[in-house]
Amino acid sequence: MFDEPAHKTIVVVGNGMVGHKFLDLLIRRGAAQQYRLVTFCEEAELAYDRVNLSSYFSGKTAAELSLVPLGLYKENGVEVHIGDRVIAIDQTQRHVVSANGLCIDYDSLVLATGSYPFVPTIPGKEAAGTFVYRTLQDLDSIRDYATTARIGVVIGGGLLGLECANALKALGLETHVVEFAPRLMTVQVDDLGGSLLRQKIEALGVQVHTSKSTTEIVSSDGKVTTMRFADGSELRTDMIVFSAGIRPRDELARSCGLALGERGGIQIDEQCRTSDPHIYAIGECAAYQNRVYGLVAPGYAMANVAADTITDPTTPSRFTGADMSTKLKLMGVDVASFGDAFKSTASAKEFSLFDALAGTYKKLVVSGDGKRILGGILVGDASSYGLLHQMMQTGMVVPPHIEDLLLPPRAEGIVAKSLGIDAFPDSSRICTCENVSKGAICGAIREQNLSTVAEIKRCTRAGTGCGGCVPMLTDIMKSEMKRAGKIVLNHLCEHFPYSRQELYHLARIHEIKSFDALLDQHGRGLGCEICKPAIASILASIWNEYILEPARAALQDTNDYFMANMQRDGSYSVVPRIPGGEITPAKLIVIGQVAQEFDLYVKITGGQRIDMFGARVDQLPHIWKRLVDAGFESGHAYGKALRTVKSCVGTTWCRYGQQDSVGLAIQLEERYKGLRAPHKIKAAVSGCTRECAEAQGKDFGLIATEKGYNLYVCGNGGIKPQHAVLFAEDLSEAQVIQYVDRFLMFYIRTADRLQRTAAWLNHLEGGIDYLKDVIIGDSLGIAAELEQEMARTLEAYQCEWKTTLEDPQKLLRFRHFVNTDQPDPNLVYIEERGQKRPAFAHEK
Amino acid sequence: MQIATVVNEAIDTWIAICPVKHILPFTGVAALLDGQQAAVFRLASESDCYVIGNYDPFSGANVMSRGLVGNKGGIIKVASPIYKNTFNLLTGQCLEDQSVRLPTWPARIVDGIVQVAIRNR
Repeated sequence: MFDEPAHKTIVVVGNGMVGHKFLDLLIRRGAAQQYRLVTFCEEAELAYDRVNLSSYFSGKTAAELSLVPLGLYKENGVEVHIGDRVIAIDQTQRHVVSANGLCIDYDSLVLATGSYPFVPTIPGKEAAGTFVYRTLQDLDSIRDYATTARIGVVIGGGLLGLECANALKALGLETHVVEFAPRLMTVQVDDLGGSLLRQKIEALGVQVHTSKSTTEIVSSDGKVTTMRFADGSELRTDMIVFSAGIRPRDELARSCGLALGERGGIQIDEQCRTSDPHIYAIGECAAYQNRVYGLVAPGYAMANVAADTITDPTTPSRFTGADMSTKLKLMGVDVASFGDAFKSTASAKEFSLFDALAGTYKKLVVSGDGKRILGGILVGDASSYGLLHQMMQTGMVVPPHIEDLLLPPRAEGIVAKSLGIDAFPDSSRICTCENVSKGAICGAIREQNLSTVAEIKRCTRAGTGCGGCVPMLTDIMKSEMKRAGKIVLNHLCEHFPYSRQELYHLARIHEIKSFDALLDQHGRGLGCEICKPAIASILASIWNEYILEPARAALQDTNDYFMANMQRDGSYSVVPRIPGGEITPAKLIVIGQVAQEFDLYVKITGGQRIDMFGARVDQLPHIWKRLVDAGFESGHAYGKALRTVKSCVGTTWCRYGQQDSVGLAIQLEERYKGLRAPHKIKAAVSGCTRECAEAQGKDFGLIATEKGYNLYVCGNGGIKPQHAVLFAEDLSEAQVIQYVDRFLMFYIRTADRLQRTAAWLNHLEGGIDYLKDVIIGDSLGIAAELEQEMARTLEAYQCEWKTTLEDPQKLLRFRHFVNTDQPDPNLVYIEERGQKRPAFAHEK
Repeated sequence: MQIATVVNEAIDTWIAICPVKHILPFTGVAALLDGQQAAVFRLASESDCYVIGNYDPFSGANVMSRGLVGNKGGIIKVASPIYKNTFNLLTGQCLEDQSVRLPTWPARIVDGIVQVAIRNR
């Protein structure tokens, strides 16, 4: 099918990151239908993410690193020759010959052969135990050999060398880096930056040796044992990885007489054409104006130009050199370098900030008049890279106090305000890997109605290369959303174009007390399973009215509707409140009797209470009649509400107790019982620092001290456990209640639907310091209001079960069928460990 | 009294379920229809009732009547209370899985009583 003369053939030699990018661009432009596409891939794997190679040792698989989506080539008719390489080019016949003997005619030939690691000529370098670091195969060899090794040395302290050291460390080796120059990362950082980087890397357990020139590699039994240096010193090692730079793979071009750069590399023009107009070269094998670019972004830019030029000879697309700015995280250490980092411009001036306490170094090189940024270096904290780099690229005038650019951001930072993403022109290149401008991203957000960073990545490809621009994408998205009058990602659902927080305020300020009124005034449609329970919860948080009134009953999720927890077979479980986990024997006996009488499965919960399972809907009122008569109240285990305040026994019995933790736990649980919130709330009080109640894993927790209580907030167990954060120390009980009142009400007002306090804090701009300002310092001036709201809500408390039992009308709903008293015949139980459990399908 | 419209030739029995006032707007109740479990939902008005199977095939429990009623665009739907799969209230079609469809029954209100039609065997 490809032999029709209409189809011109493009052969791509090399399927690395850039070779694949070129094909991917052609496929995206629909060129796969017009051309026969052929690629040779010397390695056993199609293109993979070489930039993140070291993650192969920290758990990523070859499949995860792959850049070629399964089936992409096949579906688009790209012929792939894996494990084969081109060995000759016949420029007159215009065909290539492969090692396997294939001969393929081309109309355009694209060389994307990449580079190879440079290994300096050191006597003894052929011994077993020496490696390079470039391919997955290299990594496999390193991993295999490392199983018998204890010490590993990386020769070369550049970007790749440090990546490699990280990989050796991940393999559990005692790791050394040997660098010829007096500092690490000579290309990117200066002496001060280099020394800080060294400190940080050594602190991570990697030993750094600078100004070392290796003169000999000594081996025994053919295996590496020692390295000797020019200064007479030695270093014992079991293996050596060379990472002393790369050299372009230009041998194919060399052998057929294509013009080369002065220091190697295939010479290309602005259209990425070599000296033969039918042959192009892109990526690390190419030399533009005698310069080889060893980064992926310029390679991608070349791929773009070559794809444009081949498919449309009239294209204005040109490659005119690339910005070599880099930002990376090496072993968790931020390093960034951009523009004229070494002040080569004659009149330029430097500003720098070296913070030995925080371990950060930030330097800016500015124009002689101090108005424009020419370059800079960041070590230890590169969070402002995106901003500074953009200011440099767009030639923005710096603010009057240039030091503001170097200082760490504060809650209401000057930089954040005056130099946010909005200050950048649409032409700023946000993603340099994929060459996507701010204007293009904003346009995509507006036209395609994007609302997440994931969508922006998918639609614009920005952020899919090195990922360094992702924080800026987030800023752009937020800014665009704000401009469009939307709040990021938080419309409740299709029925309400508002966030939970906004709906809460609408209901509170306009005194809206029903779903229908809120829907009429601020929503559309009938509602759904997302907005109904969320709004029921909001109304309950504000007004705390009986949840089963007809206007509200239809909003409740089944758990709230039947005031019990639905289990997998459709039966329910029942949890009476046992404040603080303290219970009298008499009450315990009632629970036992009730469970026995109604044949319920019993289990102790993690919140120090008792859960009874397997109750049919028709049994629920009878069970609760018994429980309410014995003095129990609803435990709200079914609601997004305060669950339990767990406690240890404290001074009541414990010889180590500092305070009456049980007493305070009961007081708090009685206070906040029935309080509905965006999600469930769990709490605990520990009587001493031994923390038996696990208060640091709760939404709010208290740990007794000699002088009072330490308050912790926003802890969580669950999917992603998170320790609670110390909020205030040595509080009296009255202070505890005041702060917790404010804290809970502020959470209820501002959290998203189903957002626990831990996630809420993580998303709270300004974090814990901001929260302290609001709750303790009353920075928003709402503390009194929060307390009043809490008081009103708590005052309206009623035991929902007690209220329900008193109303015969409400009890009508507690039956399985509306037209017969028969229970659900599908409930079948099996006995296990002396109790019942619902049968699985195969047991029925 | 309303005149019953014959929805389907095979239908010849209308079963009285309950007074429509016993079903709160936008909620459902379960009903036993000749040995089969059905979920009867009422929308806003007292003449707007829909009946689908009460069995949720995703959880294997008879719970559809306890789901929340809502809409997705022009489709009126109910969400299973267990795994939250949603179903078109008029057709029984699962909105997330084309291959799953709950049975449906015609319903009408006569003298304030919900009636559901079943086929004679």
